[in-house]
Amino acid sequence: MKHKKSTPLFAPELVREAVREALIKLDPRRMWRNPVMFTVEIGTFVMLAVCILILAGDTTQGSFGYNFSIFVLLFLTLVFANFAESLAEARGKAQAASLRKTREETPAKVIMDEMGSYALRSSNELKKGDRFVCETGDLIPADGEIIEGIATIDESAITGESAPVIREAGGDKSSVTGGTKVLSDRIVVEVTTLPGESFLDKMIALVEGASRQKTPNEIALNILLAGFTLVFIIVCTTLPAFAQYASTPVTIAALISLFVCLIPTTIGGLLSAIGIAGMDRALRANVIAKSGKAVETAGDVDTLLLDKTGTITIGNRKATHFYAAPGVEQAELIRAAAIGSMADETPEGKSIVELARQFQFNPAAINLEEARFVKFTAETRSSGVDLSNGVRIRKGAFDAIKNIVEKAGCQFPEEVAVEVKGIAANGGTPLVVIENERVMGSIELQDIIKPGIRERFERLRKMGVKTVMVTGDNPLTARFIAEQAGVDDFIAEAKPEDKMAYIRAEQGQGKLVAMMGDGTNDAPALAQADVGVAMNSGTAAAKEAGNMVDLDNDPTKLIEVVEIGKQLLMTRGTLTTFSIANDVAKYFAIVPALFAAGIPALDTLNIMRLSSPESAILSAVIFNAIIIPLLVPLALRGVSYRPIGASALLRRNLLVYGLGGVVAPFVGIKMIDLVVGIFL
Amino acid sequence: MNTEILSILLFFVVTAALSYPLGRYIAGVYSGRGGLVDRIFGPIEQVMFRLSGIDPKREMNWQEHLKALLTINMIWFLWAMFVLLNQGWLPWNPDGNPSMTPDLAFNTAISFIVNCNLQHYSGETGASYFSQIFALMFLQFVSAGTGLAAGAVVFNAMRQRTAVQLGNFYDYFLKSCTRILLPISFVAALFLIADGVPMNLAEGKDTIVTLQGDTVQVSRGPVAGFVAIKQAGTNGGGYYGTNSAHPLENPTVWTNLLENFLILLIPMAFVFALGFYLKKQRLAWMIFGVMTAGFLIILGTTVWSELRGNPAIDQLGLAQTSGSMEGKELRFGAGLSALWSISTTATSNGSVNAMHDSFTPLAGGMQMLDMMINSLYGGVGVGFLNFYVFIILATFIGGLMVGRTPELLGKKVEAREMKIAMLVALLHPFLILLGTAIAAFYTAQGHPMAANWLNNPGFHGFSEMLYEFTSASANNGSGFEGLGDNNTFWNISTGLVLILSRYLPIIGPVAIAGLLAEKKYIPESAGTLRPDSATFGTLVFAVIVIIAALSFFPALTLGPIAEFLSL
Repeated sequence: MKHKKSTPLFAPELVREAVREALIKLDPRRMWRNPVMFTVEIGTFVMLAVCILILAGDTTQGSFGYNFSIFVLLFLTLVFANFAESLAEARGKAQAASLRKTREETPAKVIMDEMGSYALRSSNELKKGDRFVCETGDLIPADGEIIEGIATIDESAITGESAPVIREAGGDKSSVTGGTKVLSDRIVVEVTTLPGESFLDKMIALVEGASRQKTPNEIALNILLAGFTLVFIIVCTTLPAFAQYASTPVTIAALISLFVCLIPTTIGGLLSAIGIAGMDRALRANVIAKSGKAVETAGDVDTLLLDKTGTITIGNRKATHFYAAPGVEQAELIRAAAIGSMADETPEGKSIVELARQFQFNPAAINLEEARFVKFTAETRSSGVDLSNGVRIRKGAFDAIKNIVEKAGCQFPEEVAVEVKGIAANGGTPLVVIENERVMGSIELQDIIKPGIRERFERLRKMGVKTVMVTGDNPLTARFIAEQAGVDDFIAEAKPEDKMAYIRAEQGQGKLVAMMGDGTNDAPALAQADVGVAMNSGTAAAKEAGNMVDLDNDPTKLIEVVEIGKQLLMTRGTLTTFSIANDVAKYFAIVPALFAAGIPALDTLNIMRLSSPESAILSAVIFNAIIIPLLVPLALRGVSYRPIGASALLRRNLLVYGLGGVVAPFVGIKMIDLVVGIFL
Repeated sequence: MNTEILSILLFFVVTAALSYPLGRYIAGVYSGRGGLVDRIFGPIEQVMFRLSGIDPKREMNWQEHLKALLTINMIWFLWAMFVLLNQGWLPWNPDGNPSMTPDLAFNTAISFIVNCNLQHYSGETGASYFSQIFALMFLQFVSAGTGLAAGAVVFNAMRQRTAVQLGNFYDYFLKSCTRILLPISFVAALFLIADGVPMNLAEGKDTIVTLQGDTVQVSRGPVAGFVAIKQAGTNGGGYYGTNSAHPLENPTVWTNLLENFLILLIPMAFVFALGFYLKKQRLAWMIFGVMTAGFLIILGTTVWSELRGNPAIDQLGLAQTSGSMEGKELRFGAGLSALWSISTTATSNGSVNAMHDSFTPLAGGMQMLDMMINSLYGGVGVGFLNFYVFIILATFIGGLMVGRTPELLGKKVEAREMKIAMLVALLHPFLILLGTAIAAFYTAQGHPMAANWLNNPGFHGFSEMLYEFTSASANNGSGFEGLGDNNTFWNISTGLVLILSRYLPIIGPVAIAGLLAEKKYIPESAGTLRPDSATFGTLVFAVIVIIAALSFFPALTLGPIAEFLSL
C-alpha cells in the first residue's frame, strides 16, 4: 500500500482555516441544521441576555463573573463543535486542492476535420464528443476515451503512483483522466464529459462537502439525538416549577448548564465531522466515494466478489515442475523447455527459464543468434523457437500441442495426457513441450497466492463478510486456488453474466454485495452491486456504474473499503454511547448544586465532593466543552475496527466507551473542580 | 426478618418457574396450535365469531390491526358508559346504589378501558353488582385482552421474514380472553372463594356485630371473580374501595401470596412466550434477565428500606422489630407489603394491599421508579411493548457500535422506526414531568384550586403529585393517596394522561414492528449484532437507566430522595 504523505491532524494552516470557518458557522441559519447544537446556541443567547440584565442591575441571578463564564463556555462549546466539522472539511478541501492543481487550464489539440488537422483550444472550451490529440509530453486536457492509438501515461498526479501505465484504444484500458500526462506515443481521445462535470470535478465537489448530503443512518441518528435533546428540554423546563414548589429558586445559568451538559453535545458536535472524515479516510486510501452513503453501505457488506488475478494471486503464474514424457530424460525436457522460453518475455516464460536454472541449465551456453522466435498468438496458443539446426521447439496449451502432434501423424502419449490432467486438478496450468513432433513432457505453472491474503480473508470472515473468488479458470483449478486462499466460494469460468447472476442471487437473500471491476462488461454488475468499486484505469462506463473509484487500481482495496465503512459507523456508535453515558456524572455534579442552597440535605448526592455549587456547574460545563476538541482526533481518525465478532466487539466498545463514558466525567469534572475551586 | 426475605425470594423463584410453562402455553395459543385446548375453546370461539360476523382467518396489516383495536375499544367505552349511567335501575342492584354522575362515569369507564383502574368511586356504595360484572369486570378482561393481542401482533411481526399481513386482531384478542385470561382467572377465583372471599349475586349487604358491639354493614357480591381478573389482567381496580387491603378482598396471607403471584404471572410468562413463539429462547432470557435485574434491585431497596423502618422512630427509642408498619395490614407485614407494592407498580397493576403514602421515602421513590420505567415485566402485553421500544433504541446504538447500520432480527432499523421509538420513549417523561410541573406550579402559587390538594407539605407533598401523574402515565392506577385528587384538575389532567399513555405506547411499537416486518430480511452473519447476548442485555439495561430512570432524577431528587436524606 502506498499512501500519500499524511497531513498531521492539527496542521497549522488547516487549524487556522477551521477556526475561521467555525466562527462563520455560528450563523443560526446554518446551526439550524444541527438541532442539538442549535439548542446550545439558543442557550448561549439566553446567557448573553442574562449577563446584560445583570449589568443593568439584576441581582437574582448571581455574580456577573460567574454568569459571564458560563456564557463564554457555552460559546466555546459551539465553536469547538463547529471547529470539528470545519477541520474535517478543511482536510477534505486540502485534499481537493491538491487534486485541483491538476485541473489548471491545459491547452487541447482539438481535431477540426476528417484530415486530422487540429487547432489549439483551452481545455475549458472542450465539449462532450470533441476529439483531441495528445502526444509525448502533453497533459491530457479532459476525461475521455482513447479511440485511436496506445500510449504510456503518467497518472501520478491523481494516484500518487509513479510507475507509468499503458492505455490503449478498445478494451478495458481505454479511459484517460484529465490532468495526467502522456509519456510516449500518440493517442486520439474523445471527450466524454462536460467541462466542470468531469469525474475529478465531481470528486472535488464531493470532498469539499459542497454536495454532501446526510446519509440515511445519519438522519436516523440525528432523530435519536434530537429525541434525547427533547427529553432534556422537558426535564429542564419543568424544573423551575418543581424548584418553586420546593422554595429553592434555580438560576437561569444553572438550568441552562444542566440542559447543555445533559443533551448529547459531544456526538452532536462531532457527528458531521465523523461523516466527512469517513469520506476523507476513503480518499486517503485513494478511493473516491461518490457519496457518504456508499461508504456507510460498505460497512454493511455481506459478500465480496473478488477477481482472482491481482487480488488473490499475484498476477503471474510461475513454473514449478517439469514432468518428462516416457522415454525422455528430465534434462532433455528442461533444456528444450528453457530454450523454447528464452526469447519469451512473458512472466510465465521467464519463470520457466528461472526454474530451469535451478536444474543446472545455463542460458549463457546457448547460442540463439540464428534462431527464429515464434510468438504466442491466440490462434496457435503456443510459442517457441526455430533453431538454426532446424529443430523446432514449441510449448503451449495441451489441446493446441496435441493438435500439432496429431496433424503430423504422430501419437500423443497417454501418460503425458494423464499428467496434464493431474496438474490442472492441482490448481496448476499445464504447458506441453515438443521438439519437432516429439512430445518431451509437460511444465506445471502455478498461481502464486499473495502472501497474507489468507489472513485477510480470515479477518473478513470474522467480520461476517463472505468472500467469493471470480476467475476464468476451470472449476478444478478454481476450487484448488479457492481452498488455498481460503475464500468461501468461487465462480469458475466466469462470464460477466455469471457475476451478475451471483450478485442477484445474494441480494435475493437480502445480502449486500460489493465488487470491483474495470471493464465495460463489468458495468451492469457494478451498478447492480450495492458497493461497486471501479478501477480508475477502467472504462468510463464502469466508473459511471460504480459508486466508488479506486485511483490505485488495486483490487484488494475492497477489503479496505469495507473496514472504512465499519469504522465510520462504529465511530458514530461509540461516540454516541460515550456522550450519553457522560450524563450520569453530570447529573451528580449539577443536580445537587441546583438545590444546594434550599435543601442542604441533598449535599449527600454530591458524591464527587465538588467544592461549591458554582464550581460544580462550571466544572461540568467546562468538561462538556473541552471533551469535544479532545475527541476530535478520534472522530477524524475513526475508532479502530477489530474483527473479533460482533458480540466481542460490542462488549469491548461498551466497556471502553460506555463504562469509560460513565467514569471519565467523574474523574474529569473532579479534576477541573480542583482547579476551578482555587479561583472561586 | 430473615424469614421474610427468604419467603420473598422463594415466592419470586416459584412465580418465575411457573410462568415459564405458561409462556410455552401462550406461545402455543398465538401460533394456532391445536390439541386439547383447541377442542375445548375452538367451538365457543367459532360461535362468537359467527355471531359477530368476523372471519378470524382474514389477515390484517398493522394499520388494520390498530384500527380494529381502537374501534373495539371505543365501542366498549360506550357500553360501559351506558351501564354506569344506568346502574340504578338495571338489575342486580341489591344495595340500591345510585347511577353514576356523567363525569364520574366518564372517568371510571376511561380508566378501566385503558387497563389503569383509577377509582374515584368506592365499590361498596358506587357500583351495582351488574356494573361490577358487566361494565368493570368485563373491561378488566377485554382491556387485558387488548394488551395481549397487541403484543401478539408484535410477536408475529418479529417472526416474519418479509410480510405485510400479521394475523387477525380479533382472533388474537378473543383467544387471549378465552384461552389465557379466563382459565387462569377461573381457577384463581376458586382458590379465593375457598379462602373466604365472597362470591354471591342475590343478597346485598350483611349486618354483623363487631367485638366492640357496633353494628356494621358489610358489602358482599361477586368479589372472588372480580379480584382474580383484577390481578391476572394487571388491572388493579378493587371490588372494594380499599382494594386488596380489604379483609374480604384479600383475607389471608395465602390469598395475598396468590394475588401477588397473579400480578406477576402473565407479565413474566409473556416474555417466555416470545422465546417459544420465535423459537429464540435466548432472546427471551435476555429480556427476562434485564427485567429481573431491574426488578430485584428495586425490590431489594424497598424491602431493605421497609424492614429497616423509620429512622425518626428509631431516634425516639422505639423498637421497630417488624419494620415500618405504618399504613400496613398486620396480617401481611412489612416485607410482603413491600413485595406487593413493587410487584403492583412494576406491572402497571395498581392494586394495593397497604397505603403507599405511608411507605418509607425510599420505598415510595422505588414504587415511582418502577412506574417510570414501566417495563420491568410491565402490564399484560403492553409491558413487553414498552420494553420493545427500549430494545429498538439499544439496537440502534449497539448496531452502530459493531460497525453496521443497525438491524434487529434481520431488519434494518432506520429513521422512521427511530422517530416512532423516540416519540414513545419521550411521551412518558413528558406527561409525568409536565403534569407534575403544572400541579407544583399551582401549589407554589397558592392558587385557590390547589388549596386542598396536599395532605403533607414539603417533599412528601411533591411526591404525592409526582406519584399521581406517574401512576396515570404508567396506566397503573394506584394512588399515593393523601392527595385530594377527586376534583376537576386531577380528574381532567390524569384522564387526558390516561388516554395518551395507553394508546400511543401501543400504537408506536405495533407500527415499528409492522414497518420492520415489511422490510427485506437480512440473514445473520458473524458481523451481526445478536440481541440475545448478555452484552446486549447490559446495553438495554443502560438505555433504560439513562432514558427512563435518569430523566426523572431531578424530580425524584426533590421528592423521595430529598425526604429520605432529610430523615
